[in-house]
Amino acid sequence: MALLDVIDLVVEFPTRRGTLRALDGISFSIEPGEILGVVGESGAGKSLTGSAIIGLLEPPGRVASGQIQFEGSRIDRLSPAQMRPIRGRQIGAIFQDPLTTLDPLMSVGRQLVETMQTHLKLSDRDARARAVQWLEEVGIPAAAERVEAYPHQFSGGMRQRVVIALALCAEPKLVIADEPTTALDVSIQSQIISLLKRLTESHGTSVMLVTHDMGVIAETCDRVAVMYAGRIAEIGPVADVVRTPSHPYTEGLMGSIPSLEARVERLRQIDGAMPRLGAIPQGCAFNPRCGRTIARCFTHRPDLMPAGATQAACWLVGGGAA
Amino acid sequence: MLRRFLDSDFAYAFRRSPVAVISTLVVVVVVLAALLAPYLAPHNPFDLASLDLMDSLKPPVFSADGDSAFPLGTDDQGRDVLSTIMYGTRISLEVAVLAIGFSLVVGISIGLLAGYAGGAVDAVLMRIVDVQLTFPAILIALLVDGVVRALLPREMQEALEIDVIVFAIGISRWPQFARTVRGSTLIERGRDYVMAARVIGISSARIMISHILPNVLGPVLVIATLNLGLAILDEATLSFLGVGLPPTEPSLGTLIRIGNNFLFSGEWWITIFPGLTLAAMVLSINLLGDWLRDALNPRLR
Amino acid sequence: MSQQPRIVFEAIEASRSFDVSKGPLQRVLSGEGRRILRAVDSVSFGISHASTLSLVGESGCGKSTMARLAVGLYRPTGGEVRFEGQNLSAARAQPALRRKMNMIFQDPYASLNPRWRVRDIVAEPIRAFKLLQGPKDINDRVGQLLTQVGLSAKDGEKFPHEFSGGQRQRISIARALSSEPEFLVCDEPTSALDVSVQAQILNLMRDLQNRYGLTYLFISHNLAVVRHMSDRLGVMYLGRIVEQGPAEAIFRTPRHPYTRLLLEAIPDISSVGRRRTPVGGEVPSPIAPPPGCTFHPRCSLANERCRTEKPEHTRNDDVLVACHAVQEGRAV
Repeated sequence: MALLDVIDLVVEFPTRRGTLRALDGISFSIEPGEILGVVGESGAGKSLTGSAIIGLLEPPGRVASGQIQFEGSRIDRLSPAQMRPIRGRQIGAIFQDPLTTLDPLMSVGRQLVETMQTHLKLSDRDARARAVQWLEEVGIPAAAERVEAYPHQFSGGMRQRVVIALALCAEPKLVIADEPTTALDVSIQSQIISLLKRLTESHGTSVMLVTHDMGVIAETCDRVAVMYAGRIAEIGPVADVVRTPSHPYTEGLMGSIPSLEARVERLRQIDGAMPRLGAIPQGCAFNPRCGRTIARCFTHRPDLMPAGATQAACWLVGGGAA
Repeated sequence: MLRRFLDSDFAYAFRRSPVAVISTLVVVVVVLAALLAPYLAPHNPFDLASLDLMDSLKPPVFSADGDSAFPLGTDDQGRDVLSTIMYGTRISLEVAVLAIGFSLVVGISIGLLAGYAGGAVDAVLMRIVDVQLTFPAILIALLVDGVVRALLPREMQEALEIDVIVFAIGISRWPQFARTVRGSTLIERGRDYVMAARVIGISSARIMISHILPNVLGPVLVIATLNLGLAILDEATLSFLGVGLPPTEPSLGTLIRIGNNFLFSGEWWITIFPGLTLAAMVLSINLLGDWLRDALNPRLR
Repeated sequence: MSQQPRIVFEAIEASRSFDVSKGPLQRVLSGEGRRILRAVDSVSFGISHASTLSLVGESGCGKSTMARLAVGLYRPTGGEVRFEGQNLSAARAQPALRRKMNMIFQDPYASLNPRWRVRDIVAEPIRAFKLLQGPKDINDRVGQLLTQVGLSAKDGEKFPHEFSGGQRQRISIARALSSEPEFLVCDEPTSALDVSVQAQILNLMRDLQNRYGLTYLFISHNLAVVRHMSDRLGVMYLGRIVEQGPAEAIFRTPRHPYTRLLLEAIPDISSVGRRRTPVGGEVPSPIAPPPGCTFHPRCSLANERCRTEKPEHTRNDDVLVACHAVQEGRAV
């Protein structure tokens, strides 16, 4: 059984000009111990998917239909009070800016202890020892002394390490990491990514890694979901999506990333921009930017269909051309 | 253009806020009544020929011996209270608008200069602001008013009556504007669009006026709305204390002061009606200013 | 291209320090001295006509300060910056030379005045340098510029907020081009954009360079983007250039340990499932940089000499490297 099942999830934002569909029928699952990458341009809905899962959608956003199942039971209809023990204990979260997660007025040790004692039955002494252990495990030098330090006394990279410790210390089964390295320099980014990978592997934690950086995905994830205009365009094993993409959008996206390996005269570019939520075209949302459209692309919306090793939401792979 | 405005989020928020709508209505009614006083007022209280002492101290129309010609009664000289209120509001508004306008010009210029120049210029100007802000505005206005009057030759005093009080109130209120504008200027001057202008060699004066000024105006205009209400009160206070406008050009404050003398002899209407008008107007302006501030501040939404 | 291409822009031992001390009173009370941040520390390079030199490095390495030095937004506190063979301040005093340099900024949301119409934004340099007179001529030129960057002439009537990030960056480029420049300083022009839009902007910049013979100083933290754009490359660390030379040569054989670290650290789509041992350590504060080679605390090759003696640049083929280990042949 999958750890997390998202089934035909629809998230809507009612506005006075009508209801905006920010997520429109998303389905995917995460297996125990798996790292799933979610990639897409800004506004594609990747962060929203994460917020919907941990029940932190900004009002007036709401889950309009579909289901989110965690270990087989639905968590999308839970009240905030029912959700609280799940968030942290079962599903941890890491955000882009560590300062939004850390309490500036509490020492990092205190924050770790409180988080652990909220979710696990631990004595003060055990919790404290575990806090130091966690800081050591995420690579904070001199952890025993720094356990009393406050967030502002850490550098950006060190703070993100503390956040990772906080997200993992209650031993959740799933961690949702939303752009965890975007604010960091490349050399720090690689430290954080390997740390996250090593820790989740050793604790058997599943990860949903949301990022716009295809390089990070390629290096970190087992599978990847490529999102476009509130839908999944393609999902499959990372190597296949990167090397032999099936959806024209994925293909364009891979071609538009400059590579360290070789220099090309011109990058492949996808003309135009992703449509805004209120103005998503009929049929396939990618049709205005796609070079290989057929009549059906303008009238019918493709769902995910098997395409070699991956699944793609495109009529070209689904036998729509036949 | 109008349709786009009516469709905007701002207009939508306005329509949904009863406080905003009601206070706007009150302000519009009062301002219209004041502006159109010469056409709307039943009498001209300054036309001495039309005054009749026989009409003096008549109570409002709804009391037993009211006279329908004088809806809100008359004062000791037989002037129609409703008409004096309309004319008085006109003077109060004129003083307040001119004072805040003057204050804005001074405050915005100094704020822009301090924020954009930075360094010693900023330090000196902002210390002046700090010092002035430690005194209540009304005290500054009283002081300036007194000093200017003392310095002016006697024969000019009458002619410059309104100018003096505008100056006094204006001087007492600029530091807030300067401080707000300086704060926004500090943020704007570091933005890349200012850098882009500097790269091609646009002069500092032009950058301040054509680039920064339009971007810092929003918050300061909201504060100006709030201060308009306070300036009306300032003028009323000065006039009530007898250092404002003379009885020959009675503002709301002057009317309240004059009426105050009759309060205990039973002629309450002479002071209560101007007082109510003042309160309604200032309250509405403040509520509107508060609402504007919240509506335009994206962080509070 | 001739054998000896003309040098358009040159930095000669250019430095820029900032006084980040507390106020005089606080300094006395806390017994602290002045704190000087050396953002750029004797940096030398030249850019020849119609080529691109990129400066790459992590935050705080001084690359953005260098960009601002290059267009005269900062004055150097040491050394010299030269444009078209003249000292930059002298060059900028002449409108005919000043209009030949312009800048493209990182944040497409902050670099356009939100209260101005696009046509006025694009026309500002034209008006400032009086390149054209009369509203009709100016309007026609603005329309032409907007078309050139892939927008339409009608877009001039709109305000910046009506455009997406990528479109705004196009407007920014149109403004930069409107003074008919030769030299453009591009400070992270695509780092705020999504990759598919980034590709559009990078392609556009290359096309414009080919068409108008533009010279670029390109600032970026993204080595893949830098590789795509540059002819020459300078790698900056804590205010100094640690390695510079032809971009291809550096990417083929990175010599300085920091360049290697950067190349090693970048996640690339070609490295699916790569396992790596990341380099430890963080960039130290530029206010109190380590003595000797500033990179020594993070460097696996550091020895006693690296901890005490500042390395000079030495030439290896066409590449200048400031590293004792490379010079002594310890870095293999």
